[in-house]
Amino acid sequence: MFGYFLDRFRAIVLSVLLIACFALPAFAGPFEDAVAKFANDEFSDTEAAIEAVASSGNPLAFPIISALQEERLSADPESKKVFITQTDGKIIDAATGAAVDKLPDNAASVRLNNRLRRTVEAALGSLTLLSPDPAKRVAAAQSVFKSHDENALSVVEGALAKETDKAAKQAFTEARAAIILFKSDASDNDKLEAVGVIKSRGDQEALALLTSAGPDQPPLVAQAITGAISSIQSNLAMWSAVQNAWYGLSLGSVLLLAAIGLAITFGVMGVINMAHGEMVMLGAYTTFVVQEVIRTRYPGLFDYSLLIAVPLAFLVAGGIGVLIERSIIRFLYGRPLETLLATWGLSLVLQQAVRTMFGPTNREVGNPSWMSGAFELGQITITYNRLWILCFTLAVFVILLAMLRYTALGLEMRAVTQNRRMAASMGIATSRVDALTFGLGSGIAGIAGVALSQIDNVSPNLGQSYIIDSFMVVVFGGVGNLWGTLVGAFTLGIANKFLEPVAGAVLGKIAILVLIILFIQKRPRGLFALKGRAVEA
Amino acid sequence: MITQLTHDIATLSRRGWLAAAAGLVLGLASSPFSPAKAADDTIKIGVLHSLSGTMAISETTLKDTILFLIDEQNKKGGVLGKKLEAVVVDPASNWPLFAEKARELITKDKVAVVFGCWTSVSRKSVLPVFKELNNILFYPVQYEGEESERNVFYTGAAPNQQAIPAVDYLMKDEKVKRWVLAGTDYVYPRTTNKILEAYLKSKGVKQEDIMINYTPFGHSDWQTIVADIKKFGSAGKKTAVVSTINGDANVPFYKELGNQGIKATDIPVVAFSVGEEELAGIDTKPLVGHLAAWNYFESIKTPANEKFIKDWQAYTKNPKRVTNDPMEAHYIGFNMWVKAVEKAKSTDPDKVIDALPGTEAPNLTGGVSKMLPNHHITKPVFIGEIKGNGQFDVVWKTPGLVAGDAWSKELEGSRDLIGDWVGKKCGNWNTKTNKCGGQGS
Repeated sequence: MFGYFLDRFRAIVLSVLLIACFALPAFAGPFEDAVAKFANDEFSDTEAAIEAVASSGNPLAFPIISALQEERLSADPESKKVFITQTDGKIIDAATGAAVDKLPDNAASVRLNNRLRRTVEAALGSLTLLSPDPAKRVAAAQSVFKSHDENALSVVEGALAKETDKAAKQAFTEARAAIILFKSDASDNDKLEAVGVIKSRGDQEALALLTSAGPDQPPLVAQAITGAISSIQSNLAMWSAVQNAWYGLSLGSVLLLAAIGLAITFGVMGVINMAHGEMVMLGAYTTFVVQEVIRTRYPGLFDYSLLIAVPLAFLVAGGIGVLIERSIIRFLYGRPLETLLATWGLSLVLQQAVRTMFGPTNREVGNPSWMSGAFELGQITITYNRLWILCFTLAVFVILLAMLRYTALGLEMRAVTQNRRMAASMGIATSRVDALTFGLGSGIAGIAGVALSQIDNVSPNLGQSYIIDSFMVVVFGGVGNLWGTLVGAFTLGIANKFLEPVAGAVLGKIAILVLIILFIQKRPRGLFALKGRAVEA
Repeated sequence: MITQLTHDIATLSRRGWLAAAAGLVLGLASSPFSPAKAADDTIKIGVLHSLSGTMAISETTLKDTILFLIDEQNKKGGVLGKKLEAVVVDPASNWPLFAEKARELITKDKVAVVFGCWTSVSRKSVLPVFKELNNILFYPVQYEGEESERNVFYTGAAPNQQAIPAVDYLMKDEKVKRWVLAGTDYVYPRTTNKILEAYLKSKGVKQEDIMINYTPFGHSDWQTIVADIKKFGSAGKKTAVVSTINGDANVPFYKELGNQGIKATDIPVVAFSVGEEELAGIDTKPLVGHLAAWNYFESIKTPANEKFIKDWQAYTKNPKRVTNDPMEAHYIGFNMWVKAVEKAKSTDPDKVIDALPGTEAPNLTGGVSKMLPNHHITKPVFIGEIKGNGQFDVVWKTPGLVAGDAWSKELEGSRDLIGDWVGKKCGNWNTKTNKCGGQGS
């Protein structure tokens, strides 16, 4: 199949060359016939049509093929007419470019499978090698790097000579090296130079290219390839340690975010709050509701949906927290077992309530554009959503710490939890402070829900998957100490991620639990035990 | 304080579970489906699907499906001149509770048949109850095979009706040479992957080209595994992922794939547990082209399917409600049961069990499925690609219906076994020794 794919690619590139040189006007007949083939709903016809359209040189070729890629190309199977829905919603006839009022009723979008998607990518790559947009040229050069078709060589070299943009120049150089490495009649010296270029690229794609270029090369080149492969591999092995550390930080930030609310309700107040996870879930559902409203009423605000959801989630979860404290928990202070059962029952009630209101299936919470995708740092991929969650977690932590330390409410909270009777004698309304503290912890859990909705299921079970981890972090870090929670979360995250590649996800998790049990045996009060009078309070 | 507390938690958690279970039972007693008002002129049908807990996400829809099918059948005048009546219980995703609830359905409510279960562990937990009390269970979900019981009818796919055709498709159409078998750590993925590994090796795939990976239930941090898959896929050979990842863990898995930029054109993922319902929680645009193998897709255009979807959406009063493969399995199973009862002119389990093999019922994809002597059914296999709108587009299908194998032909030991409840009256007949009782005797 690969050879076949190359043949097609070759035809496409050749035709692009022709257009570049002569800018021939397209002949209407064959182009229209080719376009009509999209309406046959057969993968083989669609393939032929892509090939013919891409090589036609018609100005509509690029709009047609990019519309095909984005499911915007539709065809009427009866009249064999094909239409493009443009990004602005206007519809044109793909064969003539004439505007059309609306799609015929039986028009369906042209179907693709993975093989055709690769054909489309290759066709778009060759159509955009000479695009005025440098980003598109880079993408095009990379698709040539992957396909390394030798017929593209002259276009790539032509483009390379004219190229001024640094990134695009680098991409073209690499694409050229890839072609030369696979060109059977290239000289050994050229090939050695090409291996050097690819080696300095040093990522997994370079590795894949070199591995597949291995067989039937001249001995000298084969040797250079083996050397380059092992050098890239050792380089990547070093990066994989960095990668594990990053994944650990990221997992740690999720653990911290989930646990930080519990560090208040359980850590500071001593309430075994089994409904903590449900507060997280309520925050996630608040995000869902906010996004629903934005989608139907103000679609332009979608990128800000999370910013709007954060305060709302705090209010919703915090409000419910205050309600729970006033109606249930305040009667149970000092009775941990009853609190445990009551809050656990409450968590079931909340889950079932959400299940009844929103249904048992997952709800879709979209990623705003600034949280989608990833960027490369050296040889590791950092996804934006994880990066933002890390920043967000640290921000929440700092704000919370500052609040406990520098505000009147924070002072009262610490006073009440350390010595209730003394605080009461000093004129602090302890029951009000209790309610507010529990509300604060719940509200922060709600905020965590906003962030977690970006990486996990928004379903009634969302909270359950975090409750055990949260308790683990708080107990490990040391009850009543926010810094302990921070250190505990990151320690567990990083340890988990370094264990996972060695032991696998299941054993890794078990190993962590065993380590924590052993640790608690040694230090029952966790990493950072509170010292002094607060302990016995 | 903490050690004291952990101790208390440990001793109390069991009581907690019981309390919760009791609460749920109380809640159900007041539900509109309670058997109190049952009259003698109805046939009762048990519905044993979790309506709360982890599995509620998948099983609630199946409960609604059976209620819908019963409603439709009653509009046609019921069965044997009697109306059908559903008895719904909630086993709450709690495996031992499945057995208790099954016993309650059969002994207290005297149901004629039960439709239920999703996970293999819940099926295994109710098996002894159905054997002991001699009743019928229709099980609608794809599973790992290696089982054929007299009292159970398996309307979901066996591995040869889902996993093997999917791998064949990738091998032939996508020329895949390297395989990642990723699954959740329980019996279905483990057995399926064992079968797939044996199958791939029989096709000449080397050990170093197969990577097997298991994750716990509800796994949500996929960074390391997705990065590993990316690394495994950069060895210069076409790579694909065969995913038996179950339920909730799929959403974060697909999100991570999308974010790390693994496109279906580079490393396609074919999933056996991801259907229209699971995709409802994800933005599918980054996932376009990833695959799923099922015996039914909502997007398949046949008159039967269009009518089913229309009636279903009207019944649930939700024009966006999706349909999926296990629902179709219940549709086929329910209609087979109705036909078998009419043939046997009785709802007596023994008579119905004997009448069921050979019964035919139309499926929703234009064919007619048949109940086989091994209590599995014939089904077509479809490979669908995820589209931007959360539906699947069928890119490949088997030329005809595939007969379900109770015992896999790929595994040592199970190769010689067949299930035959018509001639041999045995679920694990050994064709080598010509004896009933599996490989041991």
